[in-house]
Amino acid sequence: MPAPAERRIIFKHIDEPGYTPDLACYLRHGGYASLRKALGMAPAAIIDEVKKSGLRGRGGAGFGCGLKWSLVDRKSGKPIYLVVNADESEPGTFKDRYIIHQDPHQLLESIMVSSWANNVRQAYIYIRGEFPHGARILEKAIAEARAANLVGPNVLGSGYSCEIYVHRGAGAYICGEETGLIESLEGKRPYPRIKPPYFPAVLGLYQCPTIVNNVETLCHVKHIVDVGGEEFAKIGTPGNTGTRILCVSGHVRRPGYYEYEVGRITLGQLLNEVCGGPLPGRTFKAIIPGGSSAKVLRWGETFTLKNKDGSTRTLAAEDIPMDFDTLAACGTMGGSGGVIVMDDSVNMVEALANINAFYAHESCGQCTPCREGSLWMKKITARMVHGQARAEDGALLQGVADQIAGRTICAFGEACSWPTQSFLAKFGDEFRAYPEAKTAPRPESVPLA
Amino acid sequence: MNLKPETLQRIEEVIPHYPVARSAVLPLLHLIQEDAGFISAEATEWVAARLDLQPINVLEVVTFYPMFRQQPIGRRLIKVCRTLSCALRGGYQTCAAFEQEFKVRRGGVSADGEVTIEFVECLASCGTAPVVMIDDDLHENVDCARARELSARIRAEAAARR
Repeated sequence: MPAPAERRIIFKHIDEPGYTPDLACYLRHGGYASLRKALGMAPAAIIDEVKKSGLRGRGGAGFGCGLKWSLVDRKSGKPIYLVVNADESEPGTFKDRYIIHQDPHQLLESIMVSSWANNVRQAYIYIRGEFPHGARILEKAIAEARAANLVGPNVLGSGYSCEIYVHRGAGAYICGEETGLIESLEGKRPYPRIKPPYFPAVLGLYQCPTIVNNVETLCHVKHIVDVGGEEFAKIGTPGNTGTRILCVSGHVRRPGYYEYEVGRITLGQLLNEVCGGPLPGRTFKAIIPGGSSAKVLRWGETFTLKNKDGSTRTLAAEDIPMDFDTLAACGTMGGSGGVIVMDDSVNMVEALANINAFYAHESCGQCTPCREGSLWMKKITARMVHGQARAEDGALLQGVADQIAGRTICAFGEACSWPTQSFLAKFGDEFRAYPEAKTAPRPESVPLA
Repeated sequence: MNLKPETLQRIEEVIPHYPVARSAVLPLLHLIQEDAGFISAEATEWVAARLDLQPINVLEVVTFYPMFRQQPIGRRLIKVCRTLSCALRGGYQTCAAFEQEFKVRRGGVSADGEVTIEFVECLASCGTAPVVMIDDDLHENVDCARARELSARIRAEAAARR
């Protein structure tokens, strides 16, 4: 079956010739009409539309956005904060970069709509430190919007006031974890908080109710207000609504970003048709479908899934629709939408050594299993790659990984152990054979660790 | 502390962005590092005093976040992405090419003080791998040949300053 056409909502103007990140351009394209509409609606009605839309978070966990908003403590009498997670740092993910750099007002408008809906008077955009131009573009956009009375006091004469400030991170992946991000925004080391009791919706920034949303998730809100929740829910597939941006990197002919209705395109269509297939003379070997934390898929493997009526169906990896639920049923996740492709030139021990080095570097060090375990997994795979592989290393790695997941304050414990666990489950033979394979020449491969 | 007047002005502008002054630790450290090149012990104590914190509250932030540094670096900072998507497209070779061009290992400063090379984690531009940041600017699809071109440009810019 041929791949469906792209459906660009969030990325409608990305790379459009003549489209600039300034307010005048945004207004020429109908900008801030959704904010005007939203200010004429009751806040509760907007939350209701977002619930009806079925929008799920695009940052990693796929949690319902309307549900997240409905958990906010509105009776505490404390201010409610909105924090935009623009700390885009999951390896393989590069979507927010383009929204921030090319269409910042789309984000600002969605922030204002969401803030109005949730009685937020102060919003922060937490942007990763490695986007210095992005931070400046956002600051300029905020100043423009403020001068036009679209942000700040008495927005468009409505009596509603809300400020937006940009807050830069400084190169730490753990700041993408929402409670770590909050600690960082409070000026501290970004050690994630334990839940319960520190659910951001109740005890977030400055111990006040706080909403933390991903950039792409928030951008959808303005479009939900435009068309209504029910219409939005018709995009995509049931339970997996809207579009999402799939970021493809690694060994394909046309890596890049592609926006599709959720679940309407399969992994095989995406990689073979949209991205042009494997590099010349190569075949696909392994796919990480949702950012480097997601469990790896072996190209060609099959899954037996249960249908709603109790019957079963068999699905090959290439036929998996790129949604939240099917990827989860196949033992991995849609995560952040970052699809990393590896072809048959790659040795999986070396690829895992690369991933393990990332997690060892980024563990915040708060919980012993993660701090020590991520470092040991890195050391073992690095030793294997550098000529001292042992037959028992696979079992050793398995033992370390199995003692991390579920024993840490935040999901980093899972994020750092899932790669090792899934690489061993899907490619265990390569780990066993590595001591001998290492000596065989592989001229086509590039160093990964 | 010998900060530029515009840095001091921006520091005073950013502090009121937060209801709790401690939140301004990261923005202040960014502004001081942009001005002075690194975060000195004096700077750590200055930020603490300005925000009514203990020096350890600032020092623990400086030592945690990879982008803050406690020593001066080269005039130009080359950050090569190390993470998987870039590595699959030759990121390790790109890093080695820069090391050869400036005769310095990653983490070090070249003998003439011109460049520091870092091998950093994901820069979030995986679709145009391998990527490199030189100071604030992202460079995409940087293979070894492109790395040599960018190195030549850095050397030419250094020569023009002399």
